[in-house]
Amino acid sequence: MADGSTMVVGAPSAASTRPTGSMKMLARRRSMAALALCAPLILLIVCLKVYPTFYAVYLAMLDRRMNNFVGLDNFAFMLSRPSFQLVIFQSVFFAVTAVILKAFFGFVLAHLMHNIRGRNERVWRGLLLVPWVIPLALSTLTWWWLFDPSYSAFNWTLNALGIEDIAFLGSTWSARFSVIAVNVWYGAPFFMIMYLAALKSVPDQLYEAAAIDGANAWQKLVFITLPMMRNIILITVLYSLIVTFADFDIVRILTNGGPQDSTHLFATYAFTVGIQSGNIPRGAAVSLFMFPILATLAFFVLRDVMKRNKELS
Amino acid sequence: MSGASATAGNMPRPKAKVGSMERQQRIALWVSYIMLSIFVVIFLIPPFYMIITSLKTSVEISAQAGNPWIVKDPTLANYWELLTNAAFRRYFINSVWVTMLTVTISMTIAILAAFSLSRMGFKGSQVLSTGVFLTYLVPPSLLFIPLFQIMGWLGLINSTWALVVLFPTLAVPFCTWIMIGYFSSIPRELDEAALIDGASYPQILLRIFIPVALPGIIAATIFAFTVSWGAFLYPLAYLYSADQATLTVGIVRELIKGDVFAWGLIMAACAMAAAPPIIIYTFLMDYYIAGLTAGATKG
Repeated sequence: MADGSTMVVGAPSAASTRPTGSMKMLARRRSMAALALCAPLILLIVCLKVYPTFYAVYLAMLDRRMNNFVGLDNFAFMLSRPSFQLVIFQSVFFAVTAVILKAFFGFVLAHLMHNIRGRNERVWRGLLLVPWVIPLALSTLTWWWLFDPSYSAFNWTLNALGIEDIAFLGSTWSARFSVIAVNVWYGAPFFMIMYLAALKSVPDQLYEAAAIDGANAWQKLVFITLPMMRNIILITVLYSLIVTFADFDIVRILTNGGPQDSTHLFATYAFTVGIQSGNIPRGAAVSLFMFPILATLAFFVLRDVMKRNKELS
Repeated sequence: MSGASATAGNMPRPKAKVGSMERQQRIALWVSYIMLSIFVVIFLIPPFYMIITSLKTSVEISAQAGNPWIVKDPTLANYWELLTNAAFRRYFINSVWVTMLTVTISMTIAILAAFSLSRMGFKGSQVLSTGVFLTYLVPPSLLFIPLFQIMGWLGLINSTWALVVLFPTLAVPFCTWIMIGYFSSIPRELDEAALIDGASYPQILLRIFIPVALPGIIAATIFAFTVSWGAFLYPLAYLYSADQATLTVGIVRELIKGDVFAWGLIMAACAMAAAPPIIIYTFLMDYYIAGLTAGATKG
């Protein structure tokens, strides 16, 4: 306390006697220190994010032995292959369907949670978050066991209800929907959390005013809830599209791309080509096909975030 | 006169409306409870089945007699077998120390950078914070092949050190983002007063920012933990021998041998590997959710 007050007295006089030149130096030293504090972050990003991105482009232009430069041949070759065209289709189909379903269930769940308003909210939320908390690789393994062709607990239940077996992972479309189901199961709780936070931030007065004006539940949803949540819905969907599009764990463990390569996503296909078959340049090319789509999505996320930052400051 | 009668006539109506609204709300509440219960049951099927299977013997699983959703002869033998299995203990230890190092490194980098970016500033600091956010949007599956080559140069293929180097790249961007948010919400008067009192920047960071932003630090730490504990792609791609495997890869790759599935054992391993995150979330979920939604709901 005592030395604090003496400092307060001392500081202004020292500053007033100091010439502007040393103030500038002080400011420069301050910004040097600021830069130094960011140095580990910059180093990390440049060495392990930025550099690998450019290196991936270079790698993707080499031949298999990685001796000769072949330009865009790897990309052209991949595009001409029907199995890779299927990967493009499946990645888009998987990401779009899964994100729509996650957003829908997340929205419904958030509304249900909002309706019960704080009554044991922590318990309900905790139970609903379990899928999202368990490491995805491990829960996918459990799903695999649930889908197992000869021991499937789902099929046992279906049989008990008098329904025939489903080959969950055995045929193209049921495998595709099984993969999507696991992703929705895993991701819907995240949407619920984000939407619930958004719902809570909508002022009650808006609903009260609408009720006085005679608005019904549907009108409240369309004219108040959705516009108020617009931003958060948009950013959650965009972010989730990026993550889902680049998903690896579920397909790798559940189907490993099968049956007949019909469930491969970019990430799992790149792993099969690049790491397992050892064709590093082609694997890098497969991964890079994700880049334009991710960059477009990231651009929209960023624009939204920047806009909000501007509004905040 | 006419105005007065009109208001008198209106008087009882709001009351009736309130009554019907209360009934409607009660119905909505019950419907919500029922639907939430259905969702909870569906969501908990896999973890439930994981635990049920982990309590079964291989004999009971392969017999395929009767209802698979119940255990006839519950046993902890699978858990005991894992606890006495040196390989499984190895995976657990690998996961623990990789995660501890990842969290420490990530949080140190993130806190220093966030302090600098939110308070000190330098030429281009705005660009850097945008860039940090952008790298958060780069998924691991985009860069794992060039990183495979880079890890090869560093001699880190098949070494858990590769994970210690790489996991921070997944955790740091979002941790920094969370910390910038929390640090920016600390009133400037607080550190200006401390500066005037002669406090240095390290003192301000340690004595003011870290204690005040503790909820944010907890949220970011949980994020770093989650990323590191559950990561699957990097350890699968870079670690090929069993003694270097972390839990996720150890269980998925090593415990499944050919076609002979020891599902009781595998599910017990999953349950044990899922326990640390579940315990952490049980106690600290509120901090994490606050950190996750803070940025999003401000706008």
